[in-house]
Amino acid sequence: MSTDQGRERQTIRCLVAKVGLDGHDRGAHVIARAFRDAGFEVIYSGLHKSPDEIVQAAVQEDVDVLGISILSGAHNTLVPKIISGLEEYGAASDTLVIVGGIVPEEDRAELKELGVAEIFGPGATMEETIEYVREHTEHR
Amino acid sequence: MSLVADLLDGDHRALARVITRIENRAPGYRDMVSELHTHTGDANVIGITGSPGAGKSTLVDKLTAAYRDAGQTVGVLAIDPSSPFTGGSVLGDRIRMQSTATDMDVFVRSMSARGRLGGLSTATADAVKALDAFGKDTIIIETVGAGQNEIDIVKTADTVAVLVPPGSGDDVQMLKAGIFEIGDLFVVNKADLSGADRTVTELREMIRTRSDYTTGDDQPPGRIEPSIEDQTNGWEPSVVETVAKTGEGVDTLIDELDEHLAHLDRSGKREQRTHRRFTEEIATHVREDLRRLSTTEIERKGGLDELASAVQARDTDPYTAVDELLEPIRTCVESRTDRN
Ligand code: B12
Ligand SMILES: Nc1nc2c(ncn2[C@@H]2O[C@H](COP(=O)(O)OP(=O)(O)OP(=O)(O)O)[C@@H](O)[C@H]2O)c(=O)[nH]1
Ligand SMILES: [Mg+2]
Repeated sequence: MSTDQGRERQTIRCLVAKVGLDGHDRGAHVIARAFRDAGFEVIYSGLHKSPDEIVQAAVQEDVDVLGISILSGAHNTLVPKIISGLEEYGAASDTLVIVGGIVPEEDRAELKELGVAEIFGPGATMEETIEYVREHTEHR
Repeated sequence: MSLVADLLDGDHRALARVITRIENRAPGYRDMVSELHTHTGDANVIGITGSPGAGKSTLVDKLTAAYRDAGQTVGVLAIDPSSPFTGGSVLGDRIRMQSTATDMDVFVRSMSARGRLGGLSTATADAVKALDAFGKDTIIIETVGAGQNEIDIVKTADTVAVLVPPGSGDDVQMLKAGIFEIGDLFVVNKADLSGADRTVTELREMIRTRSDYTTGDDQPPGRIEPSIEDQTNGWEPSVVETVAKTGEGVDTLIDELDEHLAHLDRSGKREQRTHRRFTEEIATHVREDLRRLSTTEIERKGGLDELASAVQARDTDPYTAVDELLEPIRTCVESRTDRN
């Protein structure tokens, strides 16, 4: 018999990922710090990662949230690769995938159809982003 | 299939999930670890510790690559301090471990210290079991060498390597605060920087002085001996120079690590260490569980404040209060002794 199986934690784990040739890392740093200050555990991928590397990190670290930062315009090719990678490991359905950076309005619907939960552009405030993540990771 | 069955079946996601449960102390985690236990005991566990920025992650990365080249599978647990203010943290070790990126036979997991007092070493030991049961040949634990918590973590390893960057008086100070005693070998990393030679000399000097005093072999159970004792059994910690950034010296380090593991097996020390580790582990669990049981009982009685007020009002006294509090446990224990 084990009397105590422990208590449930509510620390949100998050991978902030930069993928492809995109060298814009200010936004990723800003968001990583904001998440940390909100009490999240943040793993930052570093620049120029391949989709496979991002998938590997997301699976092994068992993150609640995968936040992909893309300002290069390559989201239409890179995001699908990451999502299908997650699917391969059975991790797509319960990882909250969000995208930030420069994503034109006309591309958003397609990304969301793929499984991206939300997209945060330059106008999004830290508060609403953090609030969104908190709300959508509750029942994980 | 259960999560543990999936893990044993080689499912990466299940392994990741089990570690999360372990970290969170999530419902059912103890049963999981219990199930895993029979499947453990095959991995070599290496602890890497040293001051912040000493180059631990960079070195772990190179070691991992070398072990992979030798055909071994590797698990890494990288433990990072969390912010004392928000509890949040940026876990920065993984970013340095990129040599084997996309190689799924390397499983890297970042863990935050998350302010669990003392519980961290338990969580780490349990996570090591998950990696061991999964079938990892070598498991590396990285942790900053500061404080008792870190020392406890790294003591769960078979072999402990302490990293010392060259030419800093501070590091020698830090070494004196308990880390030095647990080093099975010492690594002067950043050997490309000036002052490396002097640090090597200083370390050798310290090792010589340390072997001048001896500890008894008959230590009370529940205490893991510092590896100083090994010297009396023929192990003298070596000092290796490395440049983790380029990989220079890593082969020599691997040889030394292998040598130490071989020494553990030859001398029967591994068995002894493992035995003591389990002794310690059981003692820790008993302490923790009893603490929790008594906390529950205290709360049932209205909390410590309530009890204190009663004592203050001279309605009762501290001894009587504690006797009453622990009555259920005592009764249970005593009725059990009757049966033996
Ligand atoms: C600064 C900047 C640079 C700097 C980058 C420095 C650095 N280390 O980051 C430098 C000068 C190096 C640079 C270079 C280039 N840039 Co530039 N750059 C910009 C600029 C002006 C600002 C970006 C920035 O840092 N913003 C501040 C940060 C804090 O905001 P942010 O990144 O948008 O992040 C916010 C949100 O998007 C969101 N967010 C971002 N990531 C994430 C992640 C998650 C998980 C979440 C939830 C939210 C989130 O939250 C953040 C805070 O609100 C933008 C234009 C613009 N106004 O956006 C162009 C821009 C991004 N660059 C552009 C281009 C074309 C280039 C170059 C190709 C230019 C060239 N022709 O040489 C190179 C490519 C470099 C490379 N290797 O990738 C284009 C991209 C066009 C496109 N996507 O179709 C832009 C949009 C300019 C333009 N209008 O043309 N650039
Ligand atoms: N010159 C030199 N720099 C090195 C060497 N090894 C690592 N570094 C650098 O030292 C810095 C810290 O390296 P890390 O590997 O992150 O050190 P760490 O000990 O893991 O750091 P924490 O986990 O933050 O305590 C990085 O900038 C490395 O590039 C080395 O052998 N020589
Ligand atoms: Mg590190």
